[in-house]
Amino acid sequence: MSTGNMNLTLQVWRQKNKNSAGKLVDYKLSDISPDMSFLEMFDVLNEQLITKGEEPVVFDHDCREGICGMCSMFINGQPHGPKDLVTTCQLHMRSFKDGDTIVVEPWRAKAFPVIKDLAVDRSAFDRIIASGGFVSVNTGNAQDANALPIPKAKADAAFEAAACIGCGACVATCKNASAMLFVSAKVSQLALLPQGQPERYRRVQSMVAQMDEEGFGNCTNTGACEAECPKGISLENIARMNRDYLSAKFISEEEV
Amino acid sequence: MSSLSKAFTSSIGRKFVMGLTGLFLISFLVVHVSINALIFVNDGGETFNVAADFMSHNIVIRILEVGLFLGIILHIVQAVMLTAQNNAARPEKYAYNKPQANSTWYSRSMGLLGTLILMFLVMHLYHFWWPTKVAVYTHEAHNTFQNIVMIFQDPLVVVVYVLGVISLGYHLLHGFQSSFQTMGWNHKKWTPVVKTVGVWFSIIVPIIFALMPISIYLGWIS
Ligand code: HEM
Ligand code: SF4
Ligand code: FES
Repeated sequence: MSTGNMNLTLQVWRQKNKNSAGKLVDYKLSDISPDMSFLEMFDVLNEQLITKGEEPVVFDHDCREGICGMCSMFINGQPHGPKDLVTTCQLHMRSFKDGDTIVVEPWRAKAFPVIKDLAVDRSAFDRIIASGGFVSVNTGNAQDANALPIPKAKADAAFEAAACIGCGACVATCKNASAMLFVSAKVSQLALLPQGQPERYRRVQSMVAQMDEEGFGNCTNTGACEAECPKGISLENIARMNRDYLSAKFISEEEV
Repeated sequence: MSSLSKAFTSSIGRKFVMGLTGLFLISFLVVHVSINALIFVNDGGETFNVAADFMSHNIVIRILEVGLFLGIILHIVQAVMLTAQNNAARPEKYAYNKPQANSTWYSRSMGLLGTLILMFLVMHLYHFWWPTKVAVYTHEAHNTFQNIVMIFQDPLVVVVYVLGVISLGYHLLHGFQSSFQTMGWNHKKWTPVVKTVGVWFSIIVPIIFALMPISIYLGWIS
């Protein structure tokens, strides 16, 4: 099924399960089309492995259109590979050259243990959301449009924060494996809107506490997360979260 | 744990202490560099010694000095704790990582730069702070300017001082604006100002500091 003319060497992280040690394994691929996505290239590899009777490489993926956040892969030293603002499913082989060696590793963080090969367990993110990343009011019927006045600038900023797909690239690339960009996006998308106000300070405290509990590192503001985020989530969200957290702890009186 | 100590041991709480003490240390640098720059008056240290004597005897300055030491210690303690947690957060390293694609080397080397500053600081205190302290407590006359001139006759010392302030410059190049971000002081209009001021501060202050040993060694000031 391969129709292109690229020859590649892949070095892929193979690891049997959470508890076993893994290692990089070399695979040669030929006749890869530059128009394939990175995941389609992996499909080709897996078909070859299956034909040979070997175990295919396990990797996460779902929508393959850049919106679900499932695909991961640390490609040649960068999460989702060398392109800005794309997920691995939206990365194409034309971003590489014929003859390239491509190193593919799973996200590395204590809070994201490897399940198998390139798939990691990102349920730490789910637990952070469950600790407060929601609005618990009775919603009832949809309100009339514009019943709740929201300034355009705030609506835009909330929408930009809400673009986070929870992929974990920010954690993967951060030298401290910090989840601040993700958590701050999830805090901000609600903190900016009127619906999020009643629980605003409770939410930020619970989510930060859960983030710390999961064993993510601490932010040192290197900005690597923002540079690698496929959705362009801004560091401003981290400043907002710090502001809300510090005012909840030291200025306003709300406890959790 | 009480709610307050929980606040201070959380990730953001610890960073808050780092940022606050960092900014406090920056404010100290402003005073320190201004007073030391008086040696450039080049009057045999007369003006400088008046200021140095005032600083070593004034009670308010003495109290602030205690605060300064506490600030440095807090800053270092938090740095050590945070760095240990950060290392633990990624037990298995990447075989191939390309951090230069998304961040500056000095933003990733704050611990190393801080350690260099600390080593420099120990030597620096031994050179200047300690003799002054001894003189104050033994009520002996102490010519701080003479002491400076004597110490900077050694080319090795001059080189180490220059390297020390370069470390400080890079630490601040990231740290100045980083502390504002940590505090949550982010503003459409002011953040660009903070960043620009931070860059200039991190360049100008170390240059002024570096010029002191250099110009004394080269005999521009005597
Ligand atoms: C004495 C040894 C020192 C050590 C070991 C040290 C270490 C560190 C470390 C590890 C960080 C955190 C990295 C980060 O947040 O990006 C940091 C941040 C910082 N340091 Fe230092 N440092 C030292 C001295 C100083 C001095 C002398 C100053 C100022 C004159 C200073 C100012 C700052 C500032 C402003 C920050 C940023 C805080 C933030 O991001 O919230 N540091 N330092
Ligand atoms: S902030 Fe960006 S990099 Fe992090 S999880 Fe969300 S989309 Fe992915
Ligand atoms: S598979 Fe859904 S974002 Fe890549």
